[in-house]
Amino acid sequence: MPRLSADRRHPVTLNLNGRTVRGEAEPRMSLTDFLRHEIGATGTHVGCEHGVCGACTVLIDGQTARACLALAVQVDGSDVKTVEGLEEEPGRLGVIQEAFREHHGLQCGFCTPGFLMTLDALFRERPDADEDLIRETLSGHLCRCTGYAPIVRAALAARDWLRDGETDHA
Amino acid sequence: MKSAPFDYLRVDSVEEAAQVLAAEGGDARIIAGGQSLMPMLAMRLATPALLVDIMHVEALRRIDDDGKVLRIGAGVRQRTLEHHAGLAERHPLLAKALPWVGHSQTRARGTVCGSIAHADPSAELALVLMACGGTVHLRAGRKKRSVAAADFFTGMMATAKAENEMIEAVSYPVAAPGHSYAYREIARRHGDYAIVGCAATARPDGTTSLAVAGVADQPMVRDLPPPDDSGFFDALNQFAWDLNARDDLHATGRYRRDMVRRLGRQTIEEAVRCRD
Repeated sequence: MPRLSADRRHPVTLNLNGRTVRGEAEPRMSLTDFLRHEIGATGTHVGCEHGVCGACTVLIDGQTARACLALAVQVDGSDVKTVEGLEEEPGRLGVIQEAFREHHGLQCGFCTPGFLMTLDALFRERPDADEDLIRETLSGHLCRCTGYAPIVRAALAARDWLRDGETDHA
Repeated sequence: MKSAPFDYLRVDSVEEAAQVLAAEGGDARIIAGGQSLMPMLAMRLATPALLVDIMHVEALRRIDDDGKVLRIGAGVRQRTLEHHAGLAERHPLLAKALPWVGHSQTRARGTVCGSIAHADPSAELALVLMACGGTVHLRAGRKKRSVAAADFFTGMMATAKAENEMIEAVSYPVAAPGHSYAYREIARRHGDYAIVGCAATARPDGTTSLAVAGVADQPMVRDLPPPDDSGFFDALNQFAWDLNARDDLHATGRYRRDMVRRLGRQTIEEAVRCRD
C-alpha cells in the first residue's frame, strides 16, 4: 500500500453489517467519525474519544473494539458490525436490545450501543457467561443513568433468551 | 479531540517498517493495536508526521516457545496471548496478570509489545516483563539489539528505545521449575490503571521476589527473604520506601506505600501457597 498523505482523503471500504460500504477518510479520521460522518451510520455514539467510556464500541472482524481507538484507514477491508447490525429484520429489535427495553437497561441511551455490541460478542463466545463474567466484561463501559443494575438484569435475561433459543419474546 | 494530521503507511514486512522508521527518525511512530497511541494522538500528546501500521506483517504475529522463553512478536494482540494454549502452565504470571490489562474491549486490539513501548508506570505487561527478567528485541534498519527489561524501562513512559528503533518482539522467560507466581492489583474499577500492582515469585529455596507497578516511575523488582523470615517485613518496608511514592489524583504516596506493604505481602504469601 502506498503512503497515504495527511492532507488528502483516501478511499476506505468496509463490510459493514454484511454490506459493502465505501467512503473517504484522511489518515487521522477515527472509525467512529468515518461511520457517522462518511457512511451516515449514526448508531455508534461518540463519547470520550480516547477509549475510556466504551460508547463507541463496535465489532471489528468479530472482536469488540473502541471505534475511537481505530483509524478508518487501519480497518480498511475489515468486517465491521455496529448496533445497526443487531436488528433481526428492519424495524424489529434484536434479542439483546429487546431485553434492554424490557428491563430498563437504558435511560438516555447514549452509552447503550456500546453495551449492546460488547454483549453481542460476549454471548457469541460464551453463551453460558455468568453474572461475574458479564459484570467484568461490562466494566469497559460507562453509564451515567442506570447505576448498571438494570443493565446487568437485561444482560442476564438476554443470555437466557439466546440460550433457550427464544426469538419471540416481545 | 481530533488527532493532528499525519501520513499513514501500511507495511508488509518488518524490513520495510524498520527501514521507514530509521529513515524518518523521530517523525514517525509505529502503530500496532493503537490502544495506547490513539489516546495520545487524540490528546495531541503525540504529533507524529507518519504512522507506520505493522498489523499486516505476518512475521510479527508469532508467539514462539523455544523451551526457555515465550517470544512474542510486535503484532500479537493481548487477547491472542491471553488465549494462547498452555499459557497458564508455561507462564502462569502472564496468565494471571493479563485479565487485568485494560478491558476485554481494548485487549482485543492492543498488542503486548505496544504496551511495553508505551511504558506506562502502572502497566501490567511491563511489570511482568520486569518480574521475570524478560528482554526487549529492538531493530533500527538492519541493526538489531536486545535489551534486558531492567535496562529498557528508564522512567515515566520513557524507555531505552531510540526514536529510529522499533520493538520487533519481547521475550518472557517461561516459569522455572519449582517456582510459583501470584498477581494482585488495586484499582478504582477493574480495568482502570493500577494504583498498585504486585507480581510475586516464590522460589524453591524459599526466597521470594516482588515486582511493583504504579508506584515508582517504572516497574521495579526486588528480591526478598521468605515471608516467615524475621527480616521479611523490614526488607519489604525498605522496598516500599525506596519506590519514592508520590501523591496524585488517585492516591497519596503514603497510601501507595502502605499498599506495597499489605498487597505486596498478600501477593507473596499467595505465591508461596501456590508453590506448596
